Amino acid sequence: MSTDELTTDITTQTENSPRELLTRTFFFLCAALSIVTTISIVALLVTEAARFFSLTAPLLGVTGPTASIVDFLTGTSWNINGGEFGVLTLVSATVMITLGSAVIAIPLGVATAIYLSEYASERARSLLKPALEILAGVPTVVYGFFALIYITPALSVVFPSIGTFNMLSASIVVGIMIIPMVASISEDAMSAVPDELRQAGYGMGATKFDVATGIVVPAALSGIFSSFILALSRAIGETMAVTIAAGSRAQFLNPVNPASFLEGSLPMTAAMVQLLLGDITGGGLAYRSLFAIGLVLFVITLVMNVISDFVAQRYREEY
Amino acid sequence: MSQNSTNKQNRNERAERDESADPTADGMDIQTDVSGSVAASAGGSPTRETVVSAKHISVWYGDDQALSDITMDIPERSVTAMVGPSGCGKSTFLRCINRMNDLIDSARVEGDLYLRGKNVYDDDVDPVALRRRVGMVFQKPNPFPKSIYDNVTYGLKIQDKGGDYDEIVEESLKRAALWDEVKDQLGESGLELSGGQQQRLCIARAIAPDPEVLLMDEPASALDPVATSQIEDLIEELAEDYTVVIVTHNMQQAARISDQTAVFLTGGELVEFDDTQKIFENPESQRVEDYITGKFG
Repeated sequence: MSTDELTTDITTQTENSPRELLTRTFFFLCAALSIVTTISIVALLVTEAARFFSLTAPLLGVTGPTASIVDFLTGTSWNINGGEFGVLTLVSATVMITLGSAVIAIPLGVATAIYLSEYASERARSLLKPALEILAGVPTVVYGFFALIYITPALSVVFPSIGTFNMLSASIVVGIMIIPMVASISEDAMSAVPDELRQAGYGMGATKFDVATGIVVPAALSGIFSSFILALSRAIGETMAVTIAAGSRAQFLNPVNPASFLEGSLPMTAAMVQLLLGDITGGGLAYRSLFAIGLVLFVITLVMNVISDFVAQRYREEY
Repeated sequence: MSQNSTNKQNRNERAERDESADPTADGMDIQTDVSGSVAASAGGSPTRETVVSAKHISVWYGDDQALSDITMDIPERSVTAMVGPSGCGKSTFLRCINRMNDLIDSARVEGDLYLRGKNVYDDDVDPVALRRRVGMVFQKPNPFPKSIYDNVTYGLKIQDKGGDYDEIVEESLKRAALWDEVKDQLGESGLELSGGQQQRLCIARAIAPDPEVLLMDEPASALDPVATSQIEDLIEELAEDYTVVIVTHNMQQAARISDQTAVFLTGGELVEFDDTQKIFENPESQRVEDYITGKFG
């Protein structure tokens, strides 16, 4: 081979060839699309919500009725026709459903994950995993009427005073809905715990229970916490099931009082559905309150995600 | 580094003490220089009781036979090395002693293995209880993602053993030649330590509940030469109180630290088991000689 041939061979540029440039641009545009969409949605939420508040509305040239930002954030009464926009009313209902579903999903989800990761035989796994995936795939509207038609009547046997629409059955059904999420993310975290640690435990004379609870769960803790937060974000944002099961009458409930769970209320997402289904006039105060609620919801889930990332970073174990 | 010298110093002191305490001590002194006196290696020493006794042990993984008909007696308070090429079954044999093979679904063990006269494969033996009497150190250092202190006390906690944990932690870490390096950071994670320190932590963890037998599966193969030499010194010391069974790839290591050597060759066959000095200087089997001198394997 002559020197000339060798030179052409190794000096041909491939990095900036048209084909490389084209593919790179294509992939960049695909990736950029999600960023653009996110920014647009946030911008829309913020500007529309700004039109709702008396503090910011004049800056945007909005005339007509507006609401005080203080009343919005601290009021405990929600009545659109009466001009009362106390978002705490809706937040309290959302918080109740989130807490209630956490009480159900966290223990059951973690226990399922421990079983799948540490105890289950190949056969049991091959049955349980698809079952969980199906549970995750059930349309949320189905969960909603399941709550209304089966869970609430069953609960009324135990609690005769329970309302047709109540927070308890909504919490239970959302809890069931997010079990697969807790279970599968926690199980991934537990399966990622190196086998050497289990071997070390067994070699010390640990029982299966010792290894599962004393070694695997602590070692997978960051992943397990992340699963909680992601699942709870899902519970906060859950719409269809709570719209059906929790009712449509907004009232402020004390989330830490167990008796509140027997009553119905209006979670944030359900309130937004209600607003959209009602005869709200475009541009009216009720219409703009939709974006204010949306913004609050967005901020809450954003905070949850930030916490989740922080926890995952802070407690990640490098094995 | 300083630890290493302290180590040797300790050992020398202890050796001197042993000699002065009992000048007639026969083969019990575990000074394991191969160049040392014949009395140092004690495979045939009648004074040493057998702790682990394997009778016709065979192991299959599925249809593949990993060990075939192993019979050997391991004497107490000495270092027994298992050497041989990869896949010869030496680790498998080690894992038979504390029934770690039970954890592998496809593994099947035949034959009898006695620990102080009790067949560990009897139906009434609980492998969990067995493993509490037989400690194990693995190839890759595997401290728990817990504090150094909690790593050492782990065995005591799961066994509901009482006692002064602070004292046991100090004692175990001292015996593992790690105390001076970590005494001010017992609350920090075991994963913060270097590889060699982690392995010594694993040794401390294994000896804290005071097992009778200590199994070591290539404990130094993932470590650098300095850390390896520390671990080797440590193993020699541990053999004063424990029956140590060590699997190693490293012939020189076996020659340096063991009293008895078992040579496994491909096919899961135990070809020769004798005093280390005999194995390395004058093996019975031509195959063993070929393996040791590097003709194959």
